[in-house]
Amino acid sequence: MEKKDVKKPNPDPKKYMNPYLAGVILGFVLIAAFYFSGRGLGASGVPKRITAATVHVLAPGHTEHSVFYSKYTNKPGGPLKDFLNFEVLGLIIGGFISGALSGRLKFTVEHSPKITSRKRLLFAFIGGILFEYGASMARGCTSGAALGGMAVLATGGFVTMLAIFGGAYMFAYFFRKLWI
Amino acid sequence: MGPLIPQGIIAPEWNFIIALLLGIGFGYILEAAGFSSSRNLVGLFYGYDFVVLRVFFTAGATAAAGIVLFDYFGWIDVGQLYVQPTYWGAAIVGGLIMGLGFVTGGFCPGTGFAAASIGKLDALMLVFGLFVGAFIYGETYPLIQNFVNSGNEGGIKVYDSLGMSRGFFTFLLILIAVGMFYAVPLIEKRVKKPDY
Repeated sequence: MEKKDVKKPNPDPKKYMNPYLAGVILGFVLIAAFYFSGRGLGASGVPKRITAATVHVLAPGHTEHSVFYSKYTNKPGGPLKDFLNFEVLGLIIGGFISGALSGRLKFTVEHSPKITSRKRLLFAFIGGILFEYGASMARGCTSGAALGGMAVLATGGFVTMLAIFGGAYMFAYFFRKLWI
Repeated sequence: MGPLIPQGIIAPEWNFIIALLLGIGFGYILEAAGFSSSRNLVGLFYGYDFVVLRVFFTAGATAAAGIVLFDYFGWIDVGQLYVQPTYWGAAIVGGLIMGLGFVTGGFCPGTGFAAASIGKLDALMLVFGLFVGAFIYGETYPLIQNFVNSGNEGGIKVYDSLGMSRGFFTFLLILIAVGMFYAVPLIEKRVKKPDY
């Protein structure tokens, strides 16, 4: 009986790591990032860099005249040879490894039964646009600005964190049908 | 003494390999903690699941306290760490827009990448939105650049802004985190987790 259980690769796909253990390990990863590279983790910087690189290929004249794109495209080594791009590549690999080990690899659209998957996808797309736009303004997202900022006790990190979570609570009521 | 790469103790070529390894650790933890499901993430905003608060504040407090200790033991030069400059207006407005993005999209960028990696198509759609958002930002940047670049206070520290010592603030941060860890189950008990 017990042997049978051991053979099963995934007895309970919904079992997640203890959140405090996960938090401590993530804290150590963050300390390691500062200890080795002198900076924190990030995510929203990658779409900016890849978009700048793409626009640069399609319309090089446009990026050269743009104050925003040229910040990335004029960097030595270009926008792609960057810490963040490699880190997010790792993030995707790490997420995949954890998903594979815990039996959570599956193509799905996760959504509340009260909405269609089309509606979920549409709002996910809108949310992505808004998140990246806000992160570009605030110079970082939940990872780079809020979490990394907290690690080095940056005022901007705490302000951004409070604004993200405060904003989400402020707007949550209007979008409750998407989730509950 | 760290940071190792900015000081040239490790060759800069290693930076990308280290970035990749750090990213693997980051992504693994995000997925393993349940951040690859938007239902777990937005629970924070509807009161049925505070896993985000637990992981985020444990990680933030651990890292903050760890860096203070590393500095105390002389293992790291905090003066050489990247501290994002504080632009009050842009941080608040950008943060509020991100908050709106969070309750509509269900993921932040990092968790979106992690969830897309295990096949969540809603997360993949969000990631696609991130690129479109970056493009719209790039095209509208001339209109908002005066605002986003105004009021730069540089890399100011929160304990200075609050007029506290670094040690006291770090202690307070841990205390607030632990206080919240005790308080949130009281809310979770009263709110039913939607079942899907």
